[in-house]
Amino acid sequence: MNPIVLALLTVVLGVIACATYFFGSNWVLDRIFPDEGPNAGRNITRANAIRPWLFLLPAILILGLYLVYPVFNSIYLSMMDRSRENFVGLDNYRWMIADDKFRESLFNNAMWLIIVPAMSTFFGLIAAGLTDRIWWGNIAKSLIFMPMAISFVGAAVIWKFIYDYRGEDQTQIGLLNSIVTGLGGDPQAWITIPFWNDIFLMVILIWIQTGFAMVILSAALRGIPEETIEAAVLDGAGPLTVFFKIKIPQIAGTIAVVWTTITILVLKVFDIVFAMTNGEWGTQVLANYMYRMTFIDGHDGRGSAIALTIMVLVIPIMIWNIRNAMKENS
Amino acid sequence: MDGSAGKSPALIWVVNISAILLVVLWTIPTFGIFVSSLRDRDAISTSGWWTALSASEQSLVARADAPDDAVQVGDAWVISGSVFDGGVAGEVTAFGSRAQDPTSNTPSEPLVLRDDGVLEIAENGDYTITYTAQPEGNRGARIFYTTEVAPEITTENYETVLGSEGVAQSFLNSLTVSIPATIIPILIAAFAAYALAWMEFPGRVLLVAVVVGLLVVPLQLSLIPLLKFYGIVGQAFGVSAKGYVGIWLAHTGFGLPLAIYLLRNYMAGLPREVIESARVDGATDFGIFMRIVLPLSFPALASFAIFQFLWTWNDLLIAKVFLGQSDNQMVLTGRLVELLGSRGGDWEILTTSAFITIIVPLVVFFSMQRYLVRGLLAGSVKGG
Repeated sequence: MNPIVLALLTVVLGVIACATYFFGSNWVLDRIFPDEGPNAGRNITRANAIRPWLFLLPAILILGLYLVYPVFNSIYLSMMDRSRENFVGLDNYRWMIADDKFRESLFNNAMWLIIVPAMSTFFGLIAAGLTDRIWWGNIAKSLIFMPMAISFVGAAVIWKFIYDYRGEDQTQIGLLNSIVTGLGGDPQAWITIPFWNDIFLMVILIWIQTGFAMVILSAALRGIPEETIEAAVLDGAGPLTVFFKIKIPQIAGTIAVVWTTITILVLKVFDIVFAMTNGEWGTQVLANYMYRMTFIDGHDGRGSAIALTIMVLVIPIMIWNIRNAMKENS
Repeated sequence: MDGSAGKSPALIWVVNISAILLVVLWTIPTFGIFVSSLRDRDAISTSGWWTALSASEQSLVARADAPDDAVQVGDAWVISGSVFDGGVAGEVTAFGSRAQDPTSNTPSEPLVLRDDGVLEIAENGDYTITYTAQPEGNRGARIFYTTEVAPEITTENYETVLGSEGVAQSFLNSLTVSIPATIIPILIAAFAAYALAWMEFPGRVLLVAVVVGLLVVPLQLSLIPLLKFYGIVGQAFGVSAKGYVGIWLAHTGFGLPLAIYLLRNYMAGLPREVIESARVDGATDFGIFMRIVLPLSFPALASFAIFQFLWTWNDLLIAKVFLGQSDNQMVLTGRLVELLGSRGGDWEILTTSAFITIIVPLVVFFSMQRYLVRGLLAGSVKGG
């Protein structure tokens, strides 16, 4: 059968199944505890105690299986050997700490963590500041925001084309090398130069994430009360002073949110490295190394240990997020 | 909103020019592959894509008529013709007679050939070789010339890629993954979000905290345990561990925290009076949800749908892990990575395939941008 027909059929069946579950379970609940007759009051209370769980059941089951159970299972697996049969205690973690590639990944991830959120937020802030002041701001925003829709793999191809390298005597078809040779320099194989190649990979993610930062920050900038700005202008502050001394402090909270959102994305960065260098030339990162360990080298224990490392790095942000959400609710 | 500051003309110029610079920087990479995907294979590998926008210079070679065919004109023997015979016409900017130095002369300078003939070429490509004595030989002289050729657009790459590289099949596979993986989580999340927003029960606050926490759990953690689980389920039912149902549910699981979070925030912001008065009128929670909350939540549903669609369409990792590598299961991103490995230097294939993979997200993006922005704001600004 044509896969797309199969997909549509599944969608229809899935919707029907879902509807049947929600309608059906509610109907059954109302039959068991009818809201009339001698025990109407008690029945309504009981039905109302159970109904939320009927609404939540599918979500809880799926979240449990796909996100909660794997966390605990991974802790267990990280203490098993390659075949998942023998308990090896902390051996995988010992291997990890001694492993050069793991250290390289950790170091690279740290660089990504510092540079990508900072630069994306920085460019996002500039883009927001600029586009809010021009009549064609919405068009400009759309275009800067556009890379957000492009897959990491698509972006990798787009940028690999820009970084393309040919021998010195050939015409350079990569934009970057063409500019370099045009300025009288020698063409370079950019993605093989240690250290700098990391930066060239980060540029791709910065390119994608700037639009996200811009959209959020632009909304925050517009939410700043007009009076604070007017007061500063009356005191003789120039536009730059107003932007950096008055506006930025007022949106500090939003900047933090943008920063942490991009940080989480960076911790999981996989596709870009996988497609551009596959971790060669000193560009390995945790997520790609985890993939390599698990699905190429076939060592689930070590793969789980690396995945847990990512999890541990995410935990501070998780706690911060939960505290913020709780504050908002109370 | 541009405040009362910054009205001076100089500043307006600076702002506009900086904005243009930023926009150009951000769009040029994508524009580059789009232009390249419309260029001929040889053109891509011999010149940068930016040259395709203007006329491009090409170095070509033509062979003049044989000396035996020279015609006597007065005292001289002349061979004449056009270098563009049988080719695309253009304008000659330079020519030469030796491969080592193909641009030695410009159209106004005559060139003395090895056999003492004098070669002249006009800008329109007409050439004459003049001899003082009757020349001999049956092989004409080679003329190297440089010409301006107008840009040429071709859709050939798209025909090649869709026809023979398996990209068309992958396109369908990507749709097969994305559509159900977008709709299923919405259904499940909408009910859960309503319960978390408007129903009273013990443990509600804790559940919201769990959902917020799960938002950031790296999905790398789930890959091995789930694959193992799928293996067991597959064996029990005698089906392959890798298949579409598996990936739909995986995407559902990974998208559910965001879906519940976004929808709950939105539903919690609906006016309390509407829901309270419906309760007073005797409507059940189920009725309130179906008839009031769900229709009112349309903007939030649309926001999440766009996120989830873009995310599932653009995903590489989950597809690589939960789907097979055969033609009828490989999605577009996986295909593109594969081509990057196997067709590394064939930029006509790569740029075209890349453009095909990004065209659907771009259409979705530009047509539904409003909802996307709204969703982003709902998902992020709240925390600040």
